[in-house]
Amino acid sequence: MSHAEIILFLPLVTAAAILLGLKRSATVSALLSTVSVLVTFLLSIGLLLKGQDSTEVIGSWIRIGDFFNIDITLKLDALSRGMMIVVTTIGLLVHIFSLGYMKGDPGKARYFAGLSLFLFSMTGIVYSDNFPMMFIFWELVGVSSYILIGHWYTKNSAADAAKKAFLTNRIGDFGFMIGILLLWAATKQFSFDGVKAGVESGMITGGLLTAATLCIFCGTIGKSAQFPLHVWLPDAMEGPTPVSALIHAATMVAAGVYLMVRVAFLIAASAAAGTVVAWIGGLTALMAALMATQQNDIKRVLAYSTLSQLGYMVMAVGLGAAQASMFHLFTHAFFKALLFLGSGAVIYACHHEQNIWKMGGLRSKMPITFLTFAIGTAALMAVPFVTSGFYSKEAILEAALEHKSYLLFLIGVGTAFLTAFYMTRLVVVAFFGKPRDHGADHAHEVPLTMLVPLIILAVPSIIAGFHFFGGKVLGEYMPHHEGSMIGLTFFASLLTLVGGVYFGGKTYIGKDSDPLSIKIFANKFYFDEFYAKLIAALQDAPARALQLIDNLLIDGLAVRGGAALASGTGSLLRRLQVGNIQGYAFLFGVGVLLLVCFALI
Amino acid sequence: MITLNDYLLVSGLLFAIGLAGVVLRRNIIIIFMCLEMMLSAANLSLVAFSRFNTVNGLPDYNGQMLVFFIITVAAAEVAVGLAIIIALFRARRTVHVDDIDAMKH
Repeated sequence: MSHAEIILFLPLVTAAAILLGLKRSATVSALLSTVSVLVTFLLSIGLLLKGQDSTEVIGSWIRIGDFFNIDITLKLDALSRGMMIVVTTIGLLVHIFSLGYMKGDPGKARYFAGLSLFLFSMTGIVYSDNFPMMFIFWELVGVSSYILIGHWYTKNSAADAAKKAFLTNRIGDFGFMIGILLLWAATKQFSFDGVKAGVESGMITGGLLTAATLCIFCGTIGKSAQFPLHVWLPDAMEGPTPVSALIHAATMVAAGVYLMVRVAFLIAASAAAGTVVAWIGGLTALMAALMATQQNDIKRVLAYSTLSQLGYMVMAVGLGAAQASMFHLFTHAFFKALLFLGSGAVIYACHHEQNIWKMGGLRSKMPITFLTFAIGTAALMAVPFVTSGFYSKEAILEAALEHKSYLLFLIGVGTAFLTAFYMTRLVVVAFFGKPRDHGADHAHEVPLTMLVPLIILAVPSIIAGFHFFGGKVLGEYMPHHEGSMIGLTFFASLLTLVGGVYFGGKTYIGKDSDPLSIKIFANKFYFDEFYAKLIAALQDAPARALQLIDNLLIDGLAVRGGAALASGTGSLLRRLQVGNIQGYAFLFGVGVLLLVCFALI
Repeated sequence: MITLNDYLLVSGLLFAIGLAGVVLRRNIIIIFMCLEMMLSAANLSLVAFSRFNTVNGLPDYNGQMLVFFIITVAAAEVAVGLAIIIALFRARRTVHVDDIDAMKH
């Protein structure tokens, strides 16, 4: 077996082993799962250092004639190697963190099996070489995400959130599937390279190409939680926090962006689709940042921040800057995982309290957590020069300027300001001031299994943007800076950073409750309510009509009618079957008489 | 002059009376006798046809041969039938058919 195959299948074997046998021993399951991700991590580094592009055909899945062939093929190139580093690094650290965070959880073995299953699915997405294979693993991450969001399934909110995430994703996936089939219909190819060649040779152009691209983009809208399907991601925070860090911040939600980077040739070929993609990304970035400013749950703030950063990435892809997008995905994965794990540590220390207004003063009680959280925050706010987030965000803003999309540039800058504002709010409220609840009062530093991943993640949060690290991992996907770093975008982001921190600090330092109350942001622009109404209107009325038809035609006529016919005929015929020989003899005589009559007349 | 039609009329009457007896009466002996009457009706028509269907100026005796067979078989049948009725009467102490309904329940 090649290394790539081991990386793909080891987590699957682990998940199967845990679910089928080792479930009784939570400790063994957890350790096995952690060791398996450690192995895949080391192998991924090995593949990165070898740096060899290749495609490995594992087997043929479907073969119909010579025009409908789906192979299971692993594609190793700069993009997948770099992405695998992100996935396995964060996967490994999340596993270690979970050893502490999930200690004593009754479903620990199931949890680790879920993580392994997720890593298998995610690896499949990263390595896939063709659309159908990516689609299969795309659904598989959906399933593992469903399992992990609903880990505490006895809690109604968790079960509902899992359902919501899955169903919302299905809407996007449907579009994705149509897109795949459209591209296939035009080019008779499934592999990325084949479709690319087909698109470049003009086998699919114009409106059809735009439609196909947007259909593929539907998959991204679902998985990367872009407007208008963004509603599932904040609710997905019902899952355990390490899961949020791994799946709903660093890897799975980034899979949508990864897909768009993979198919960047489609956007390059269709300017109209690119514009739509960029605007949806920009809109999501701005809207999510606005919503983040009014959330009180520490994880929800981070969830909206994730939405907003994903919006940035999608916007960059739409602007034709796939490199910048991938770069931001890369840096964001580290610092957002750091922030989520940090929030997990805080939640753990405060006895599962997630409301930031019931925290406060944690800076002195959890100094290392605070320090790492501050590093993550700095990276998210893009503090110039010393953080990774700065470089990637610059790259995206530069791309917007280069594309002459000044409005999107302004949206990006505005989002950066809001980001600085709400992260300042979060840090000030949770870590500064006095403890506002006894949970925060009794908080103390978390155990080592949780601290070590935080400390390790703090390192790439700082250095991932530098060329000696990011360039190594991302290879050709690392954007090159030309000329001076200090230009319009630099001053714009410096201004927004200072402004955001200043206003955030001014508004929130020394406050015990939120001085701002903006209903529409706190209620997430009423999207959930709107969807509830929409579904009620679109679904309930036809459902009622169908129920009527079901009751009258199916149940009434077909089922009950058939039964009534049979039993009615039966009870009529029963009258004849009296069991009286003489009655039968009489009928027999009548019958003979009739026969004679027929014969004679 | 008695014609074939007269014989057939008597035969039909006998048959109808027999059938009516079988259908309407409840006494098993009478039902049995009515059955025999229906057989006789059939025999009568056979004999009548045989007599009036002449071949070369002579009656067709095939029909009369058939009647002998029927009478013989009917005699055997009567013996078996009466034996069954007697056995039934010993077991049930009744000759009323409505009371013999063990198979119904």
